Amino acid sequence: MMTYIIRRLLYAIPILMGVNILTFMLFFVINSPDDMARLNLGAKHVTPEAIEKWKEERGYDKPLLINSQAEGLDRLTDTIFYEKSVKLFMFDFGSSDSGRDIGHDISQRMWPSLAIAIPVLMVGLSINITFALLIVFFRTTYIDLWGVVLCVTMMSISGLFYIIGGQYLAGKLLHLVPISGYDTGFSAIKFLILPVIVGVIGGIGGGTRWYRTLFLEEINKDYVRSARAKGLSESMVMFRHVLQNAMIPILTGVVVVLPLLFMGSLITESFFSIPGLGSYVIDAINMQDFAIVRSMVFLGAVLYVVGLLLTDISYTLVDPRVRLD
Amino acid sequence: MDNFPLSELELAAKLPEISQTEKRSLKITPLLTLLLFLLVGCSDTPWNNPYSEHDEGQTIFYSSFSERPKHLDPARSYSSPEYTFIGQIYEPPLQYHFLKRPYELTPLAASGMPTLRYLDQQGEPLSMSASDAEIAFSEYLITIQPNMRYQPHPALARGKDGRYRYHLLDAAFADEIYSLSDFKHTGSREVTAADFVHQIKRIAYPRLHSPIAGLMKEHIVGLADLSKQLDSAYQAKKKSSGEDHPYLDLRQYEMAGLQVVDDHRFTIRINGKSPQFIYWLAMPFFAPMPWEAELFYAQPGFAKRNLSLDWYPIGSGPFMLSVNNPNLRMEMVRNPNFHGESYPAEGMPGDAEKGLLDDAGRALPFIDRAIYSLEKESIPYWNKFLQGYYDNSGVSSDSFDQAVQFDTGGDAELTDEMQQRGIRLSTAVQTSIWFLGFNMRDQMVGGESERARLLRQAISIAVDFEEYVSIFNNGRGVVAQGPIPPGIFGYQSGLKGINPAVYRIENGIAKRRSIDEAKALLEQAGYINGIDPETGKTVLLYYDVAASGPDGKARLNWMRKQFDKLGVQLVIRATDFNRFQEKMIKGTAQVFMAGWNADYPDPENFLFLLHGPQGRVERGGMNAVNYANPEYDKLFEQMKNMHNGPERMAIIDQMVKILRHDAPWSWGFNPKGFSLHHAWYKNATPNLMANNTLKYKRIDSLLREQRRQDWNPPIIWPVWLLLIVLIAAIMPAIYMFRQRERRAAS
Repeated sequence: MMTYIIRRLLYAIPILMGVNILTFMLFFVINSPDDMARLNLGAKHVTPEAIEKWKEERGYDKPLLINSQAEGLDRLTDTIFYEKSVKLFMFDFGSSDSGRDIGHDISQRMWPSLAIAIPVLMVGLSINITFALLIVFFRTTYIDLWGVVLCVTMMSISGLFYIIGGQYLAGKLLHLVPISGYDTGFSAIKFLILPVIVGVIGGIGGGTRWYRTLFLEEINKDYVRSARAKGLSESMVMFRHVLQNAMIPILTGVVVVLPLLFMGSLITESFFSIPGLGSYVIDAINMQDFAIVRSMVFLGAVLYVVGLLLTDISYTLVDPRVRLD
Repeated sequence: MDNFPLSELELAAKLPEISQTEKRSLKITPLLTLLLFLLVGCSDTPWNNPYSEHDEGQTIFYSSFSERPKHLDPARSYSSPEYTFIGQIYEPPLQYHFLKRPYELTPLAASGMPTLRYLDQQGEPLSMSASDAEIAFSEYLITIQPNMRYQPHPALARGKDGRYRYHLLDAAFADEIYSLSDFKHTGSREVTAADFVHQIKRIAYPRLHSPIAGLMKEHIVGLADLSKQLDSAYQAKKKSSGEDHPYLDLRQYEMAGLQVVDDHRFTIRINGKSPQFIYWLAMPFFAPMPWEAELFYAQPGFAKRNLSLDWYPIGSGPFMLSVNNPNLRMEMVRNPNFHGESYPAEGMPGDAEKGLLDDAGRALPFIDRAIYSLEKESIPYWNKFLQGYYDNSGVSSDSFDQAVQFDTGGDAELTDEMQQRGIRLSTAVQTSIWFLGFNMRDQMVGGESERARLLRQAISIAVDFEEYVSIFNNGRGVVAQGPIPPGIFGYQSGLKGINPAVYRIENGIAKRRSIDEAKALLEQAGYINGIDPETGKTVLLYYDVAASGPDGKARLNWMRKQFDKLGVQLVIRATDFNRFQEKMIKGTAQVFMAGWNADYPDPENFLFLLHGPQGRVERGGMNAVNYANPEYDKLFEQMKNMHNGPERMAIIDQMVKILRHDAPWSWGFNPKGFSLHHAWYKNATPNLMANNTLKYKRIDSLLREQRRQDWNPPIIWPVWLLLIVLIAAIMPAIYMFRQRERRAAS
């Protein structure tokens, strides 16, 4: 397995390089350092000298890819590409365009993101699987039909509707929880209740329908027929056999998103004023702080690759037939 | 793991377990819900209160911010999200009077208004009646208040031996520091004249990128030279030390235009005569900065951990920043070392009736803390304001109809719902302008030709900004008649101020000229029925805009329709901010919309936007339309150094007349600010120039607590109802499930 993991990690290098080059092209070739300076310095009383100084301070005055004026290795290292993109491979995110340490900001802001994402994932997963099993249990009945109709309806509604509706109902009309905000420690709980509930409800439609499909695929297989022929109850067939055999596709969907939980949710965090990584990216886009956006894109790509690797590894845990050689 | 089913015996043993689990989970769900409610609601505090219950009853001001401040360093900060905070912390020499209008400067850190004297080329004093040509320099003598002290700060903490505790820290100690609260000791000292001088030198320091450095180089004597000197010194030190950002002690460098007379007096010498310069002294750029703070923050590793003046200010004002978490909350508390100030005893007629003079003579500030919560979306922000969790609020388009209605006279008033809650409305026309600009370098719409001028005039009539304000601003704006907005000297109100090029006065009422008149102008220009004689096709114009999104699209469609009235085809060239700026710099835009917000309340700050030498393309100035009219420029030079009076007014009238004739702008509109505040929020009056008004605000915290409780009682019955419905829905399923199980078993 170790060889497999090493091989996969090596595969990841060209992928990450591709992501890196692509984001570099987007942020430095299409959007020149002069543009960044102008955006940061504003439109009032900005002189060309101020733009030059801004670039110089942040190392944006160097050549993009090759420094023809330098000698030796410096021709490659004394460039914007090396300084701003290659260093990301060492997880050296550097400073944002406004001078703040990006690594420190990420380490601070990932916790609020996790505080929402983990409960939403855990509770949502349990509810979705339970509902899916229930619908499959009552397949070809009205419960199945109306369950699917309800799921399709729920998944057709925008996530924004759940957020605004939840805030209106729980926060504004019933006065049960704060409409938005966040706090540290245990005080955070009252702010997390609503976003977590909204996140779970918002995911029920799509999640239940997806798991229902997985379970229905399993339920017509031979081993299920054998189980029934042996006289097992339907619940035993469902929970003990169908669920276990459907674990591989479930894991594919779940494990791959585990590392991405760090990245937070853009809309939820923005509407509930939760200072997570999702709102960090939104803020950076609004403030045109491309150093942060670039770092977050790279981090997202790394986490996604890690997520895929973890998914592969998790297969070996649920299916002994899978060997990672 | 195997897939083989359990034996029947195993199954029989497991079945009761499953049903027990089901039973337990049914009991646990309401229990958990109850526990959850107990968690949030174990006191009298409303459950939806987003603040700590320990804060109840305290004189805290609650507000919000939607954009994190980029800079809190007074040399760099130049935007309203930043001034919300640093305006309360730093004290420049002057401030705007809280109540008096037109806006009037009064002393803040200074003990009186600066003393001005004029000097000739040799530095010899001149009489105050000397002509502009004689005056080579103007010198302001500023005397600051004695006994002004800085807020407690570790940069000023001294040990028993008198040495600074936290300067030149060893690396091991510095590595353990992540915020200012990690320092055990704080200290303070008196604010001196040298601190003001030090701060002006910081404006010159290129490393700090002060946004007004370029402008001040033209004004303050020696600032440009110092800037060059500091730049070379910094580069040299960077090379020699190998540090990325070496510390430069600005006290070692002299600046010709600055002089410290003694501990409480200093002078600023500026080139020539500039009556507007004094307004800059009311901005935080000119607030005092102790040298110790810069040395303290320059220590290795501090900047990386956000320990900088951009993050932790050090001021002498009524408040100091106690929590700086721009991802969540910013908090200010009363500065224990504040030197004291009184609420103004004079205001405008009617202020006493409005209760704005109730606190006259009382010591400032009235509140102990100010909490600003991050609120990015307008819907939760508005709802929290209605619940009493924010003391004041703006009015967004989403909530406008819920909050404001217009009476038959067209005046804005609060809806019944708002009035019942005791909410109050304040409105004020802002000292800013949005206009439609014509690039005067463009062959079609620009230049001095009569043909282009008539085309611009026709467009100015056709683009109906009354309609624009009504559709896109909910009526929050006044159509502009010239470049000067209301509230600024030079603005003419009533029929006298109406732009005759666009309006016709009928029966004492100004009416926008008709489209037929606009078409007649177009024909006069040679464009008969909107056809360009050169091409034989419909006149085609390009509208450059940095806009996108659904809102932007509606505006663009509207603009297209306005030009369509004349038979002119408008092609939208939408682009991003940078490309738009590039077009402005290169002068390749044709027609565009732009805006300007006053730096200070003087007509010069608006009229300079059309001053020839300020041309964007040739000089990189603020004249975005590149308008140049020698007569106008001459009058501008004459007007800019004059003091307000009938003579100046006459020149301004003349300038405005030229502009209306030439129409380099279609005058657009002056936005109107609407703000709401609760009954417990006192001394609320719009002051568009001052940024330090928090100290005047008073909060009736008892009334606020009472209202919050009245408005936010938790309503639990729908939750129980929902639970009952869920259980009722689940029960038949459980019944059916059991039936099936029994059937399978039998």
